[in-house]
Amino acid sequence: MILTAALGLPMLGALALAVSSRWTETTARRCAIVVSVLPVLLLAWAWRQFDPQGALFQFVEEVPWVPSLGMGYRLGVDGIALAVATMSALVFSASIAYPVDTKHQPRQYYAWMLFLQSVSLGVFLALDLLLFYVFFDLSLVGMFFLIGRWGHGQAQPAAFKFFLYTFCGSLLLLLAIIGLYLSVEPHTFDMRVLIEQQPLAGAGMTAGLVFLALMLGFAIKTPVVPVHTWLPQAHVDAPGPVSAILAGVLLKMGTYGIIRIPFAMMAETFSRYALVIALFAVVSILYGAFVALGQRNLKRRIAYTSVNHMGYTVLGIAVAGALIQDAGYARELALVGATVEMVAHGLITGALFLICGSFWQRTEEYDLDSYGGLFRQAPWLTAFAVLASFASLGLPGLAGFVAEFHIFAGTFGVYPWLAVIGVLGILVTAVLFLQMLQKVFFGAMPERWAQFEDLRPVEWGVLAVLSAGFMIIGVAPAFLLTLVEASATLLVGGR
Amino acid sequence: MPIGDVLPEISLTLGAVAIVLFASFLRQRQHHWAAVLALLAIGLGAGLTVAQWGGAPRLTFSGVWALDGVALASKLVVLVAGALVVAMSPEWMRTDRRHGEYYALVLFALLGVIMMASASDTMELVLGVLLSSVASYPLAAYHRGWAPALEAGMKYFLIGALTNALLTIGVVVLFGLTGSTGYPDIAQALATDSDRLALTIATACVVLGLTFKLAAFPAHAWMPDVAQGSPVPAAAFLTVIPKVGAAVALARFVSLLPPDVAWRAIVASISVATMTLGNVAALRQADVRRLLGWSSVSQSGYALMAIVVLGVSDQALPALVFFLATYATANLAAFAVVTHLRGRTVLDDYRGLARHAPIAATILIVSLLSLVGIPPLVGFFGKLMLFRVTIEGGYAWLALVAVINTVVSLFYYLRIVAPMMFGSARSTVHVLSGPWASFTMIVAGLLLIVGGLGAEALMVFTDSIRFAR
Repeated sequence: MILTAALGLPMLGALALAVSSRWTETTARRCAIVVSVLPVLLLAWAWRQFDPQGALFQFVEEVPWVPSLGMGYRLGVDGIALAVATMSALVFSASIAYPVDTKHQPRQYYAWMLFLQSVSLGVFLALDLLLFYVFFDLSLVGMFFLIGRWGHGQAQPAAFKFFLYTFCGSLLLLLAIIGLYLSVEPHTFDMRVLIEQQPLAGAGMTAGLVFLALMLGFAIKTPVVPVHTWLPQAHVDAPGPVSAILAGVLLKMGTYGIIRIPFAMMAETFSRYALVIALFAVVSILYGAFVALGQRNLKRRIAYTSVNHMGYTVLGIAVAGALIQDAGYARELALVGATVEMVAHGLITGALFLICGSFWQRTEEYDLDSYGGLFRQAPWLTAFAVLASFASLGLPGLAGFVAEFHIFAGTFGVYPWLAVIGVLGILVTAVLFLQMLQKVFFGAMPERWAQFEDLRPVEWGVLAVLSAGFMIIGVAPAFLLTLVEASATLLVGGR
Repeated sequence: MPIGDVLPEISLTLGAVAIVLFASFLRQRQHHWAAVLALLAIGLGAGLTVAQWGGAPRLTFSGVWALDGVALASKLVVLVAGALVVAMSPEWMRTDRRHGEYYALVLFALLGVIMMASASDTMELVLGVLLSSVASYPLAAYHRGWAPALEAGMKYFLIGALTNALLTIGVVVLFGLTGSTGYPDIAQALATDSDRLALTIATACVVLGLTFKLAAFPAHAWMPDVAQGSPVPAAAFLTVIPKVGAAVALARFVSLLPPDVAWRAIVASISVATMTLGNVAALRQADVRRLLGWSSVSQSGYALMAIVVLGVSDQALPALVFFLATYATANLAAFAVVTHLRGRTVLDDYRGLARHAPIAATILIVSLLSLVGIPPLVGFFGKLMLFRVTIEGGYAWLALVAVINTVVSLFYYLRIVAPMMFGSARSTVHVLSGPWASFTMIVAGLLLIVGGLGAEALMVFTDSIRFAR
């Protein structure tokens, strides 16, 4: 029941907001914040109850939905899902609490945010392929309306591009899901059965096609170069909190999906193509880093670092799925690293995009060169931006380092040369973040920013929570690692 | 004569006759009671159909009339869709001098469609196609004083006359080949050696004849004009209901053919051409009703996918009927909204609708998303079943083509959604006064959501869907 409550409460909140026509902006906002915090608490409680020595999937709930198709309302989590879901719930609460211009439609804005929180959690908590797909698609609908209605600049074209591009990926996913469904007797969408039976092992051509469709679908969502082109525009034109969700939560659906479906259900096929995937991941790492370095638009720069960071995650997953030798420990390290990277990237990039939102609210300007010397004007803003940037470039003691250390340690054990090339990405990231900080916060301040306000209490409060998250993971990661390792061992070693 | 086997059809016929008499003796102001009569006749027909459910599939009336799961299920779909059309009509037709007769025509057209779906005999098929066509032409041109309606009716009639003639020629050739009009005898005669050239000509003629009713390539050209020009409730009828009968009739017909006619390839290519053409043509439309017309063409293409894998995948027929039912609900909901908005059709006029008419806008958005196949709306399950049988039948490439088309279709559906949600309103919204249209719109909208969440209840009907032999 706890998982149903975690995704059901925001949905109820969204419905209440949608029909309550009398509420003022303040009431709507307070209600939305309270409702969005509930899933965080519920999932944190589930985290405490989670038994690392227990079965792979825990808190399982099952209600038949369309039994004649083998579809059910099945929920359940392993350590990986629980970690990512808790992070997502937290990023949602932070984004909902972050002040934003709701353009005279506060109820609708908060209702869509809660709706999106509900369906996003659904993606991570689903144990049924079709249910997973249902939530996966609904997240696109929610995002489309949020970008289109509350975005700025070219908001509508950006929303269209986002929806069409990623819908293409999700339909490929649907075909692959049907392929998996048909490959198992009796036909079922139950993820546990599919993970256990590995139905397409040794199926040759069919397995290859299903795998290709799955990977393409998830690669678009992640996004992996070269199918990342929807990302910059959607990010730049979305409002800050929505960008935070897009980067912090929606991108994770791609990598989480890779772990849950092709990695777990088609282990044999995955290992055959692991090197190819790892190569694409390294290209993403380098391409994302270099293109980010070339951006003069603050938000675009951060958007491209997402391509780079998601590249690390994909690299970790690819390494974990490579069945060469019996480097079991290295592969497990890589999978743990990939999961921690998801959590860390969600918190860090969430914070960075919220900071971008603060810039837009104050100045409606993203051009890096137009800024300078804001350090004196806005010390709090500077402090949080510096902290998040350092975390993002992988400074030891912060969450990004823990993740990248695990991933590269694992990669050295399996594909040492790729690790060497991939590490270059970290170097470039360091350059691009330092350069960004230097341009915005240091040097001479242009006259036009003399009235620049520092963060308000709500803003720094939210940023403090997210920063606390990635600092704690950086300093004392044990609570996260035990949870993730439990499932990673089963997923990697169980084969 | 086993009269009991056609009681649903008799109730429709008697209802239509009663309405004609009723309308000729009552004042025009009271003609909306004819809608109640029509609903009663349809309800009675649906009740009698349900009573026939569960019997073994069989042929009756000397083998010309099928009483099997497919016939009964499609009859139910047609009757429910017909009831929705009748229920959205009264306020639209209120000012028309011939308000009452409209419902009689609707009932006769329904009867024709049901005959198409149940025909197990080529002559019966021709009768069904002709009856539904003859009753549909006046529906399309019901507002005879308005040029676009006349144009739509004329186009519909001309294309119909040509393709109906072709259908008849095909049936005659087939009779010459096999010496029989009953489906079981034809199948038997074709299985042994027969003249392949003549058979190909006959097949081509019959398939062409049915593509007209299906609004599939190459006889689709009437659809956008009818959707745009005819009265909106009639457009709702004509874009949805004839398809159901035609698709089932086509499925029955192709399953008679011996494999070397390559009918799978023919149907597959018609399917690809239809969905692609419909979607590409819909892309740049600036008129919502016309856009829905083109989208309706493309949806016929999807439906044909299930016919391609007939006999290869055991779920092909259930998928076909289920998809048609989901498509019918979504399209009727969309047209009910347009009816409620007094036929508002220029895309620009939909700007900001979500602010001023939130319920109508929501239902329109839900119905369009259901047409795309966004879960958990009922349209998703329709598409899921289609993709499933297509992949299972070994036509994964066809499913891929359908996927590409679905992405294309999302673009033009969003072109309606975006101005409604994101645009700022320009004027006040005029709606039809009275409960009928708004009530129908809400019922259809709810069906889309409830049908999706309770898809299992609909699946129950699909278990026994197969042909009588």
